[in-house]
Amino acid sequence: MDGEELTEQETALYDRQIRVWGADAQRRLSKAHILVSGLKGTVVEFCKNIVLAGVGSLTLIDDRPVTKEALSANFLIDPDDNEFTGKSLAELCCDSLKDFNPMVRVSVENGDLSSFGVDFYDKFDVVVVSCCSITAKRLINEKCRKLPKRVAFYTVDCRDSCGEIFVDLQNYTYSKKKLDETIECQLQYPSFEDAIAVPWKSLPRRMSKLYFAMRVIEQFEEAEGRDPGQTSKDDLPKVLKLRKELFEAQSLNESLIPDSLLERLVSCTTEFPPVCAVIGGILGQEVIKAISGKGDPLKNFFFFDAMDGKGIIEDISKPDSGS
Amino acid sequence: MPKKKKKNQTLNLYRYPSLCSINPSIHSPYFDFLALSVSPMASQQQLSSIKGAKVLMVGAGGIGCELLKTLALSGFEDIHTIDMDTIEVSNLNRQFLFRKSHVGQSKAKVAREAVLRFRPHISITPYHANVKDACFNVEFFKQFNVVLNGLDNLDARRHVNRLCLAADVPLIESGTTGFLGQVTVHIKGKTECYECQPKPAPKTYPVCTITSTPSKFVHCIVWAKELLFAKLFGDKNQENDLNVRSSDATRQSEHAEDVFERKKEEDIEQYGRRIYDHVFGYNIEVALSNEETWKHRNRPKPIYSRDVLPVELTQQNGNVDKNSVADDPSSVSAMASLGLKNPQDIWSLSENSRIFFEALKLFFVKREKEIGNLTFDKDDQLAVEFVTAAANIRAASFGIPLHSLFEAKGIAGNIVHAVATTNAIIAGLIVIEAIKVLQNDVNSYRMTYCLEHPSRKMLLMPVEPFEPNKSCYVCSETPLLLEVNTYCSKLRDFVEKIVKAKLGMSFPSIMHGSSLLYEVGDDLDEAMITNYAANLDKVLSELPSPVTGGTILTVDDLQQELSCSVTIKHREEFDEEKEPDGMVLSGWTQAPAKEDNNTSANNGESTSNTSQAVSLETMEVNEIQIVPTGAGSVSSGTKRKLSDMSDAADPDHSSVITETSSKEELQELDDDDGDDVVMIDDVNSDGSKKKRLQ
Repeated sequence: MDGEELTEQETALYDRQIRVWGADAQRRLSKAHILVSGLKGTVVEFCKNIVLAGVGSLTLIDDRPVTKEALSANFLIDPDDNEFTGKSLAELCCDSLKDFNPMVRVSVENGDLSSFGVDFYDKFDVVVVSCCSITAKRLINEKCRKLPKRVAFYTVDCRDSCGEIFVDLQNYTYSKKKLDETIECQLQYPSFEDAIAVPWKSLPRRMSKLYFAMRVIEQFEEAEGRDPGQTSKDDLPKVLKLRKELFEAQSLNESLIPDSLLERLVSCTTEFPPVCAVIGGILGQEVIKAISGKGDPLKNFFFFDAMDGKGIIEDISKPDSGS
Repeated sequence: MPKKKKKNQTLNLYRYPSLCSINPSIHSPYFDFLALSVSPMASQQQLSSIKGAKVLMVGAGGIGCELLKTLALSGFEDIHTIDMDTIEVSNLNRQFLFRKSHVGQSKAKVAREAVLRFRPHISITPYHANVKDACFNVEFFKQFNVVLNGLDNLDARRHVNRLCLAADVPLIESGTTGFLGQVTVHIKGKTECYECQPKPAPKTYPVCTITSTPSKFVHCIVWAKELLFAKLFGDKNQENDLNVRSSDATRQSEHAEDVFERKKEEDIEQYGRRIYDHVFGYNIEVALSNEETWKHRNRPKPIYSRDVLPVELTQQNGNVDKNSVADDPSSVSAMASLGLKNPQDIWSLSENSRIFFEALKLFFVKREKEIGNLTFDKDDQLAVEFVTAAANIRAASFGIPLHSLFEAKGIAGNIVHAVATTNAIIAGLIVIEAIKVLQNDVNSYRMTYCLEHPSRKMLLMPVEPFEPNKSCYVCSETPLLLEVNTYCSKLRDFVEKIVKAKLGMSFPSIMHGSSLLYEVGDDLDEAMITNYAANLDKVLSELPSPVTGGTILTVDDLQQELSCSVTIKHREEFDEEKEPDGMVLSGWTQAPAKEDNNTSANNGESTSNTSQAVSLETMEVNEIQIVPTGAGSVSSGTKRKLSDMSDAADPDHSSVITETSSKEELQELDDDDGDDVVMIDDVNSDGSKKKRLQ
């Protein structure tokens, strides 16, 4: 890096983690700017992790007022504090997060993320979106990709006991240790749009069922004009119908997604706190890896279901675009 | 395990009540769902099992903070937590419930306050105490539905394991190191207990390697910390091998005793130079005189202070006044008075020498009262500086690469790598298992490993728990066999080296038939105390009820409610290097500590006749053990697939060595993903070679 040294204060505070990823990675972290949108439980977990790790700045976007549901997996807001009326979710979380690490600048940006121009994203190194429609995911990912510098793009969603992370690091170079050497590696990531456009038939047979289930629900919410996560058990017949159509279009058997999985995801949209901790932890680690340029990053989907306990990485990219 | 059980699991698992159970006034979508659900009874049961559960969380540190938060958010309402520690600055990067203003306060108490802020209506009972305290007895443990461990040391883990077995309370055990972590479930009679598989012993080094033939930096650290530091600043009466280094050691040590005493009227500069020249110069010369030792080794180079640092330089060495503001002993620093700022820098031999003199001087000028009582503490800045400098000077003498203070501190303090994210993930997994345990959903219990590199595409890998080990002396009543020379070994050796160190008992009593040879307790009368004290100093065969070959001893721990039967086998000879205790316990195998490869080949030739081993104390051990390879996600729970266990969390090694052990582990693992073996924790990767792949 540029030879700037960590301060004594930083060395003392970050001692244990510098022993994990090195002083160089710590310096890179302290210069990284991160944007998150959609402050539900999983993202709150992620914010905690990344603020503790000592990033340069964290910008929060979520204009929604605080609802009781939003509090279900959120440890940043005091539920009995009625003074939050008037403050947005992002503002309340910001107040709390600032306290976690005085060396990190935490701030709030108002507005609708997908309405911001490309220039807005230029300020950031990492963009994480949650509670976001499929169109918005595509759009934001596209804007990040238009910039000359690399902006790492992540989406994260948890429903019931399941969670999903998507990663786009574009053209990414990193170093890793192999035996006694440090070797340089390269990975080529597809955009969100390109990844989900990969024909399902060309995917490996043992692909995580959650991938398909999440795509069906995403499409359903889009078609019905729902806010992300606004589904109930009553929607199940329509969702099952959509599953049939989508699988027929892909010439696959719809039994690839069990009814019970869709039923769970549609009916119980509230996050389950232990899953938030797991997904928020994995996402935190991945963002730290991406910033430090050290260690294999995950490419490009991650799935976790508390039901079977597996945390699985799936690479969903066109065969020719993968590295 | 039967897969048909899966359906039940589905019903149970996906209706976690979260908010509704915390604050009934908050309307929860779970209620809507529960009303509609096919099997409302199951859900109600689940809801009430979380709400009604009384859980004990042992440890409120790295994993503990995350766990308490996730438990509270998940709807647990009655949580007890024990932690003896107070908050330190280096905790704040991951123990997110703590702030700088809390430094010095009880972790358990501050954690409680912090969690009550976002979940005010639940009950959290903190204990600022050691879990090994007698008040946490079997009765205490019996009140809980499940015990969750977030501990950092083997000793406490074993203790809690025994109490959980005795109280018949399920235990969920966890540990993390860097990006690696694990969660395991231990249910008496159903799954293996925490001690069913042997745990790696803390690393020890043969005395001769430390005193005469160091080949790695860690040997220099052990020498500087356990011998030199202890000799100069610790208890003068303790045995110390500082001068044992050659065949004529006995003769030397006669007068060597006074060398370390500061003479009356002796100037602190002169004293420092005398110590320096003695340990880095004279002692090396003496060692060199023993040609045998150096036949197959590089000869060390004696270092004298006048060659490294001209006399006038020491005089103008540090500026003690820079420290004068600091009356707080912990902030006295030789680096500060010498203007050295970056703990990541590797100092030259001359800088290390200046730190050595300055630190020694500061101890005598600023902290004189503590001299004689000091023990090394990784949070004692001046002690770390002194040990770093002394280890580096010794390393220079033996041609071993020098290290920064940051690295030296990690090795000397057995500092375990820790990050917030792994702790958060592990805490989430603990809660998932805890809910299954409360539901008594036996078939879905899993041990889960958090990996750094995917195996079969998995970063989080669940494995079915193993059955209890039938020959485990802790959870089965398997007799142990002790080979010992009953005419030489004293009862004290048996108590210290076997009963306490190996069997992990805290309040032991030892019976031979109906005769009590030894016990500990508050309620003993004078006569008994005298009697037991006398027994301790007797050799086994001369005890009031003689212990000889064939004797069967019953060893109990009243607090742990653990009873072992130990059969004695008399044996004359023991190998001093391989069997340093002079006793061998079997029927229970402790995993071998990792071999010290570079020196083991040469150790046999050593001229040292000492038999003890110097051990680095185990301050923070977060063990990671096995990562089964063939097991996949679901396999038969009857057999352990990977007998070869490795310990990624090797506490007393530098990062370099930790990497090595993780590599071994991961190479076994990566059957799908080629031989990608990477560690992210390389501190100095900039200097290493770079090569392009593909």
